[in-house]
Amino acid sequence: MNKLWALKKSIWVYHLCSGSCNNCDIEILDCLTPKFDLERFGILLVGSIRHADAILATGSISRKALPRIKRVYEQMPQPKLVIAVGGCACSGGIFKNAYNIVGPFDKIVPVTAYVPGCPPKPEAIIDGVVKVINSL
Amino acid sequence: MAANIFYFIVFPGFLFTAVVGLLVSWVDRKITARIQWRVGPPWYQNFVDFFKLLGKETIVPRGAGRIGFLFAPLMGLIGVTLVSLILWQMNLNPNRSFMGDVIVLIYLSILPALAIIIGGSSSANPLGAIGASREMKLILADELPFIMAIFTPLVKIGSLKVGSIITYQLNHGMMFTHHLSSVIALVVAFLCMQAKLTLVPFDIPEAEQEIMAGPYIEYSGPLLALFKLTRAMMLFAMPVFLITIFLGGMQFNGWASGWSVVKYLVILILIILLKNTNPRLRIDQALKFFWLRMFPLSCIGFVLALLGL
Ligand code: SF4
Repeated sequence: MNKLWALKKSIWVYHLCSGSCNNCDIEILDCLTPKFDLERFGILLVGSIRHADAILATGSISRKALPRIKRVYEQMPQPKLVIAVGGCACSGGIFKNAYNIVGPFDKIVPVTAYVPGCPPKPEAIIDGVVKVINSL
Repeated sequence: MAANIFYFIVFPGFLFTAVVGLLVSWVDRKITARIQWRVGPPWYQNFVDFFKLLGKETIVPRGAGRIGFLFAPLMGLIGVTLVSLILWQMNLNPNRSFMGDVIVLIYLSILPALAIIIGGSSSANPLGAIGASREMKLILADELPFIMAIFTPLVKIGSLKVGSIITYQLNHGMMFTHHLSSVIALVVAFLCMQAKLTLVPFDIPEAEQEIMAGPYIEYSGPLLALFKLTRAMMLFAMPVFLITIFLGGMQFNGWASGWSVVKYLVILILIILLKNTNPRLRIDQALKFFWLRMFPLSCIGFVLALLGL
């Protein structure tokens, strides 16, 4: 109970890009700019997966990225959340039937929330994170 | 005995330093946010972060040196607690001072850096090892001018006790405003303190953008919380050290208490401004800066102090 109270107020996110077209990643970085300022809610972008509470995952997963994604997920300390950002991460998006795509994220790791859009607006990403917080 | 344990754990030791440290690192985050035209986190953010990290899983990576990995954060925490404890005891009652306590303080203030080196190099991560080696070079760089600068006012009054320098300043006014040698020494000590706190421009060991979090990279959960707490407490203890030596110490009777807080806040804000207006140096630039610029400067201060200025 107490743990979750603290987790709600301070979610540190790790940005995992696995074969996205880089547009979703730019929108994620947008959330940290003065206009949206996620640090107000205690959300920080961290560089090491060991410090993270949530993965912001972008991109449809290519064969090359697959083992790395599994490894990154396993290296994360409990409790762990995954937020799929963008159409690619939610469902495969425009790369859905490509030869080298192994899946949207929920085939590989359990996903807590989906943020659709190509790319989603920063408001949508923030909304996704807020929904995750409320569902805890 | 019971009183000593109380001093160590509650006031002015661990709890006091931890709470104030977390508050002042909020001030740091808030002012940084305001400089960047953001709103910034609420005042309790660092406490929440700390409790959240306590509730997370601790992972010891495969191939890591277990003992070093697990005990390093504790060692740093004990070091900074003792620094703060000794400083506050003397500020509250200068008669408690003992012979050579400055040397003890300087030694203890290296402990957090040593903890980072031990933790980083036992974490079996290449980036951690790079961070640890950079931290080692940074200590080698900043320690020499720092010690010279701290000893300058002590040479001036001819005593190795923190207590006697506080009483001297109570009777004759601040070292900083009355002696040229102390002005030089304070500038040097301030820049060295920035390196000891590993803040920009000297945050080379943990350089977020190049080696992620450096020595902290493999730490998770409670151990990371201890490291974060140590950093926050350093941000409180080190400026108090400088104030005690150069700016007349912290007194808490009547108007003097407000003045003490103002002195601390001025130093804190200077640190934050320096941090926010500078790019990060490379490690070789930092070495050159401390050895070729700061060390000669501190030598000049030292000689001036010997001449009685
Ligand atoms: S969802 Fe659209 S913007 Fe995002 S990575 Fe896929 S193609 Fe690019």
